[in-house]
Amino acid sequence: MAPSTLPLGLPAPEDGSVPPAAVEGAGTRSFGLYVHIPFCAVRCGYCDFNTYTATELGGGASQDAYAGSVLAELDLGARVLTSSGFPDRELSTVFFGGGTPTLLPASDLATILRASTALWGLAPDAEVTTEANPDSVTPESLRILREAGFTRVSFGMQSAVPHVLAVLDRTHAPERVPQAVAWAREAGLKVSLDLIYGTPGESLEDWRTSLSTALSYEPDHISAYALIIEEGTRLASRIRRGQVAPIDDDDHADKYLLADEMLAQAGFQWYEVSNWARTPLDECRHNLAYWRGDDWWGAGPGAHSHLGGTRWWNVKHPRAYAQALDAGRSPAAGREILSAGDRSVEEVMLRARLSEGLPTDRLTPAGRRAIAGLIADELIQPAAAFAGTVVLSFRGRLLADAVVRRLLPD
Amino acid sequence: MSPMARTAPVPAATDPAIIRNFCIIAHIDHGKSTLADRMLQLTGAVEQRDMKAQYLDRMDIERERGITIKSQAVRLPWELDGTSYALNMIDTPGHVDFTYEVSRSLAACEGAILLVDAAQGIEAQTLANLYLAMENNLTIIPVLNKIDLPAAQPEKYAAELAGLIGGDPEDVLQVSGKTGVGVEALLDKIVRDLPPPTGDPDAPARAMIFDSVYDTYRGVVTYVRVVDGNLRPRERIQMMSTRASHELLEIGVSSPEPKPSKGLGVGEVGYLITGVKDVRQSKVGDTVTTLAKPAAESLGGYEDPKPMVFSGLYPLDGTDYPVLRDALAKFTLNDAALVYEPETSAALGFGFRVGFLGLLHLEITRERLEREYNLDLISTAPNVEYQVTLEDRTVLLVTNPSEYPSGKIAEVREPMVSATILAPSEFVGAIMELCQQRRGVLGGMDYLSEDRVEIRYRLPLAEIVFDFFDLLKSRTRGYGSLDWKADGDQVSDLVKVDILLQGDQVDAFSAITHRDKAYAYGVMMTGKLRELIPRQQFEVPIQAAIGARIIARESIRAIRKDVLAKCYGGDITRKRKLLEKQKEGKKRMKMVGRVEVPQEAFIAALSSDEAKDKARK
Ligand SMILES: Nc1nc2c(ncn2[C@@H]2O[C@H](COP(=O)(O)OP(=O)(O)O)[C@@H](O)[C@H]2O)c(=O)[nH]1
Ligand SMILES: C[S@@+](CC[C@H](N)C(=O)[O-])C[C@H]1O[C@@H](n2cnc3c(N)ncnc32)[C@H](O)[C@@H]1O
Ligand code: SF4
Ligand SMILES: [Mg+2]
Repeated sequence: MAPSTLPLGLPAPEDGSVPPAAVEGAGTRSFGLYVHIPFCAVRCGYCDFNTYTATELGGGASQDAYAGSVLAELDLGARVLTSSGFPDRELSTVFFGGGTPTLLPASDLATILRASTALWGLAPDAEVTTEANPDSVTPESLRILREAGFTRVSFGMQSAVPHVLAVLDRTHAPERVPQAVAWAREAGLKVSLDLIYGTPGESLEDWRTSLSTALSYEPDHISAYALIIEEGTRLASRIRRGQVAPIDDDDHADKYLLADEMLAQAGFQWYEVSNWARTPLDECRHNLAYWRGDDWWGAGPGAHSHLGGTRWWNVKHPRAYAQALDAGRSPAAGREILSAGDRSVEEVMLRARLSEGLPTDRLTPAGRRAIAGLIADELIQPAAAFAGTVVLSFRGRLLADAVVRRLLPD
Repeated sequence: MSPMARTAPVPAATDPAIIRNFCIIAHIDHGKSTLADRMLQLTGAVEQRDMKAQYLDRMDIERERGITIKSQAVRLPWELDGTSYALNMIDTPGHVDFTYEVSRSLAACEGAILLVDAAQGIEAQTLANLYLAMENNLTIIPVLNKIDLPAAQPEKYAAELAGLIGGDPEDVLQVSGKTGVGVEALLDKIVRDLPPPTGDPDAPARAMIFDSVYDTYRGVVTYVRVVDGNLRPRERIQMMSTRASHELLEIGVSSPEPKPSKGLGVGEVGYLITGVKDVRQSKVGDTVTTLAKPAAESLGGYEDPKPMVFSGLYPLDGTDYPVLRDALAKFTLNDAALVYEPETSAALGFGFRVGFLGLLHLEITRERLEREYNLDLISTAPNVEYQVTLEDRTVLLVTNPSEYPSGKIAEVREPMVSATILAPSEFVGAIMELCQQRRGVLGGMDYLSEDRVEIRYRLPLAEIVFDFFDLLKSRTRGYGSLDWKADGDQVSDLVKVDILLQGDQVDAFSAITHRDKAYAYGVMMTGKLRELIPRQQFEVPIQAAIGARIIARESIRAIRKDVLAKCYGGDITRKRKLLEKQKEGKKRMKMVGRVEVPQEAFIAALSSDEAKDKARK
């Protein structure tokens, strides 16, 4: 997934090159690939991801031609990495996000995956995920994906309750989800389900129903996101006009509590604020790489990349993206080269969200002085802190941003 | 039509008969600066190519807020019927906070232009200054400005002015500072109607200080009007109030740029530079004489400036305290009315209790401190000075509620003002209601014209320093205007209301109020704080108390969620920017005990909703 608004940064070089500093320590970081697929059948009212519903976008950009553009960017990526002096690293994770990747023919996704494998190689235990809408897969398409090397599919279930799905503008019938899950299992894919809680009109009972329904499908992994009202979305304006009730933080807190309780009961472990896995092997390693500060190339319009402290992002529109690549230019729109200070701020901000935690020696002296207070306020786990790691307590997970601010007092 | 003067009279050698000293009395925005610009242009004092708007409003703070704080004197040459005259235009501050400065500027003149916006009519502060001018026996030239405006009502307001000063509406000049219409006629009228200054050229020198400004390069620049004798460069002069003497390093006139001269004679207006660095050594209202031949008696009328409103100023970031201290020290060099002393607040740390002439003076000072020294400041609720007599007859002067004694009080006296309000007569009811709520006693009411009234009230100063003017404006749809002056004190039944956060008293929120209003204050304040203080990681009870008795309570529930759960893909940059923004927001918070209180809470909690609503519009 890639959000629709791009940050402001420095101009990115036309040849896509990265500064030499990005190479430092590359051998110790894993390398992954994110492929953005910017198409959806309909735009959901709450969604501000970079996605388009038209099949023809003009200027040579279309859903049909899209895979070709991505292949061109991957070629560029392989050249840039080699010429910048990066060591050869096999892909340890690949993630197709959107938009709705499965709106493209499965063969397109397979082609892109094969091309990536040809360029970089795929680690034997690599995790290869695609996001999917429940109504955009068939037994056939899932089999093709598995054959091409995909290992995992993440379905946007969101809710099991019809009136909640309606507020979210979701088009799939609830009974389609168990079907899609069964097909994925048959094809040999691991399954994750995305849920959204705190939708206007959703009662605590509705949320309990969604959780127990999702659990009854026995997925390997569950992501539960509190609904965010993003500026500029249709849902935001409906709330502003009073047509839909506003969301409420206390309601979110109650629902997070319920989610953690029910998921733990069912044997799921949290490993990131919004993510739970059946076993450590079921954790989404691609997402973990984001939180751990590893390297990845992000291909596709609006996609973000990170290599050793250099972050960049591509132009947003598929047409501008296709045109840049047609002209042999990098599609990057801007970048930032993080200072040492920025990097350590990011490290605290990202790693503190994980159950594996943040080693206290990664904090500044002032940050370390905040630890006692965080223990007193029951925001982090005392035993872990004594052993040298900051790990959020249950209460701390709901107040994670406040914990991070306190760990970064300077 | 008069031509520009061909030969300007030379300072120090000018016959008083060809001198005219005048000032312009006008309400803010009625066009004084624009008219002054036209006069500078027409008299050739400023060359066409050097002309810029609001020429005399040098300090940028004035330009931003449209307020002229410091007066200046400009010498303008003007020829009439073949004689060259020297006109001295003395710019006066227009705001009621600076009444004393106004009265000194008026004392330097023989005449005043009463400048009134022809679309607005006269305002209360202008009326107050007009009374001061008439008391000083100044000749008044009534002028209606902005007659180019379609909304101008010259007949109506000419009648009003004529009614006020006694005269014929026909004699009211009509001008436009914008187009220049009527400005030459006005200059001619100044020469014709204003009496020349009189004084004894052979008597010991006496000159009145009407302004005193600190300049970084030149030290204090003192503006004087010579009454008797004369002053020469390199002479030693003496300040009559303190007997301190200084050497006159430079003497000259502003035209409008400073221009050294061979001296200043009877009736002349100009500046002195002695090298002193603090305006307190060159006080407005004082009389300057010479050491060699000192005058026996001063010109009189000198008063020490008296602060009326007190507020605690605290840096949001405690480490800025030394910066604030140095800044205040610098400010007092140029502002004789500013007084301060260090103060400690349990809630806010180290700061200063600062005395001001009024609320505007407070706001301007605070704003300049923040901007010029890059400070974030909290100013506590403005307070007046209470005189508290204990049962053992000791008398305390209390300018800070936290110093209010807790028991054994025999009597409390609070300062009073007499206020004059002008407004269209349809608002009389609303105004009287407001003044009544503010413990006012009606002094009288007069109709200025058919539909405009003047209402006089005696009110406690404490009731008007805060939001009274805003409320008056909102209840009179902007038409009401206010002038006030100190008017003794009175015994009142006052109590101190404390505000407690999490059981701890926050001294910065304490207030001294009338007993009958204590409950309302407590309810209002706890309610406001509940709205303004964001939810914290724990519950925060808010209470209002008189002594140990709780009179109102509220509570802020603990925040339960402060995390962005959605994964923005790999857009970590966005996440970090968000974190930076959150941290920026926290910086604008003051830790009071364990509670984060936004800076706005200190300001907004102390203003009334009605006034705030108006400000939002
Ligand atoms: N139409 C018109 N506007 C004027 C005239 N004189 C001043 N103004 C405007 O009125 C506003 C206030 O003028 P200013 O000279 O700053 O007023 P001051 O506050 O009394 O010094 C400004 O926007 C001027 O442009 C005039 O004669 N006609
Ligand atoms: C890029 S979306 C994609 C997957 C797929 N297109 C779908 O919607 O099923 C990934 C997940 O982000 C979550 N999400 C999207 N917008 C959100 C929002 N405004 N608030 C909270 N979660 C959101 C949804 O759970 C969604 O499944
Ligand atoms: S299907 Fe997914 S990506 Fe597409 S609009 Fe809906 S939430 Fe956004
Ligand atoms: Mg002005």
